[in-house]
Amino acid sequence: METLSFFVKNHAQILQLTLEHLWLVGISMLLALAIGLPLGILLTRRRTLSKPVIGVANIVQTIPSLALFGFLLPAPWLGERADRLAITALALYALLPVIRNTYTGILGVDPGVREAARGMGMTDGQVLLQVELPLALGVILAGVRVATVITVGVATIAAAIGAGGLGELIFRGVAMVDNRVILAGAIPAALLALLMDLLLGLVERKLTYER
Amino acid sequence: MGNAPEPVIEFCRVSFRAANTHLLLSDLSLSVHRGETLVLLGRTGSGKTTTLKLINRLLEPSQGEVQVEGRSTLQWDAIRLRRSIGYVIQDAGLFPHFTVERNVALVPQLERWLPEKVRARVREMLDLVGLPPEQFLSRYPSQLSGGQRQRVGVARALAGNPPVLLMDEPFGALDPLTRAEIQREFQALQKRLQKTIIFVTHDMREALLLGSRIALLEAGKLAGIFTPEEFAHASDPLVANYLAAFRAGDGKSNLSNESADGNP
Repeated sequence: METLSFFVKNHAQILQLTLEHLWLVGISMLLALAIGLPLGILLTRRRTLSKPVIGVANIVQTIPSLALFGFLLPAPWLGERADRLAITALALYALLPVIRNTYTGILGVDPGVREAARGMGMTDGQVLLQVELPLALGVILAGVRVATVITVGVATIAAAIGAGGLGELIFRGVAMVDNRVILAGAIPAALLALLMDLLLGLVERKLTYER
Repeated sequence: MGNAPEPVIEFCRVSFRAANTHLLLSDLSLSVHRGETLVLLGRTGSGKTTTLKLINRLLEPSQGEVQVEGRSTLQWDAIRLRRSIGYVIQDAGLFPHFTVERNVALVPQLERWLPEKVRARVREMLDLVGLPPEQFLSRYPSQLSGGQRQRVGVARALAGNPPVLLMDEPFGALDPLTRAEIQREFQALQKRLQKTIIFVTHDMREALLLGSRIALLEAGKLAGIFTPEEFAHASDPLVANYLAAFRAGDGKSNLSNESADGNP
């Protein structure tokens, strides 16, 4: 009850921080997609690169988020602004599921279908755009979904370096030993993650061809 | 095997070695005449599929030359070459996310035919393979039986009106009854269309039924070319072996061979 009234009283700030959070997640996901999709596709064409590249992405994922923010702090252009830095780190985290699912999704396409496509005289670009990507879309979107949910969570840590978002309330609440403040950050963040999962799940179902 | 009537496809001393592996095909010379159905017969790993893929340049010869219409496949633009050669594979290789209509329309659409022309052509092709268009146009491959899928595969390969058709064990995955039915229909189709067809199979009965000539492959080498009559009465020890083996196993050996035969 008490928490609820706190929410109502501070709704403007919570809303603003939620939007900030969404912005961090959105931009870093766009960045992760812009890098991860082409990279995942490239790996299916240069299979020998797949082990090292996915390995590196794996290692990045194992770095604790707080440490990754810290590591990037001295970087020249990135360290200048907290949001730049946060977005870079978040994008790095989101990269692995995007690359890996693009790669395995495309490789999972029935070789007979790919063979037929090439044998019928489709160009490499046509095979990719008309056959491989549509058939791998379900797997790729599943990766995007996982990456987005992870990013929503990790983005709360971005407040530690002053990048804003709902983490700000959580950190403030911890410092003030006030559960209401912590929940004011944690509940919207959790809801946001659930909402993203739901939305992307719908997109996945909509765009994936029915068997 | 004289250089009789107009060769459409010629293998001139062709060898093929896949990266880091043994020779899959060695010193193959062979010509395919216009309008004939040449069956490539042989056991698993004998180089049948390799031979086929050298024709539409899914593979390129390590040595020698494959000529299509008098021109080396390497001089052809690979995309042009493939669009002028129909290709049917086992399990049809239909695109699961395309309807039957889009599957059959593939090559005409790639070739940018006018939409009305494509639509008419798709209907014509479905009629040709005995699938009523209004029933099948909007279905997805998963909504078809194995025999129907294979028919759509044939319709798709014929849609661009290619003079040459490559068929890689097209009926191999079908049950014996459906296979016999579709073989009969295919025979009729063959007579009507007069395409040059190269047909890969390990099923001797199919080879005798559909081939105007049979090229027997063994371990990447051409063991001989026979007409069906010659094949059935050949004194060649290898052919005799084949006949004996196939007769001994008859239907059963065909079945057990089926699942084991993948692409090399």
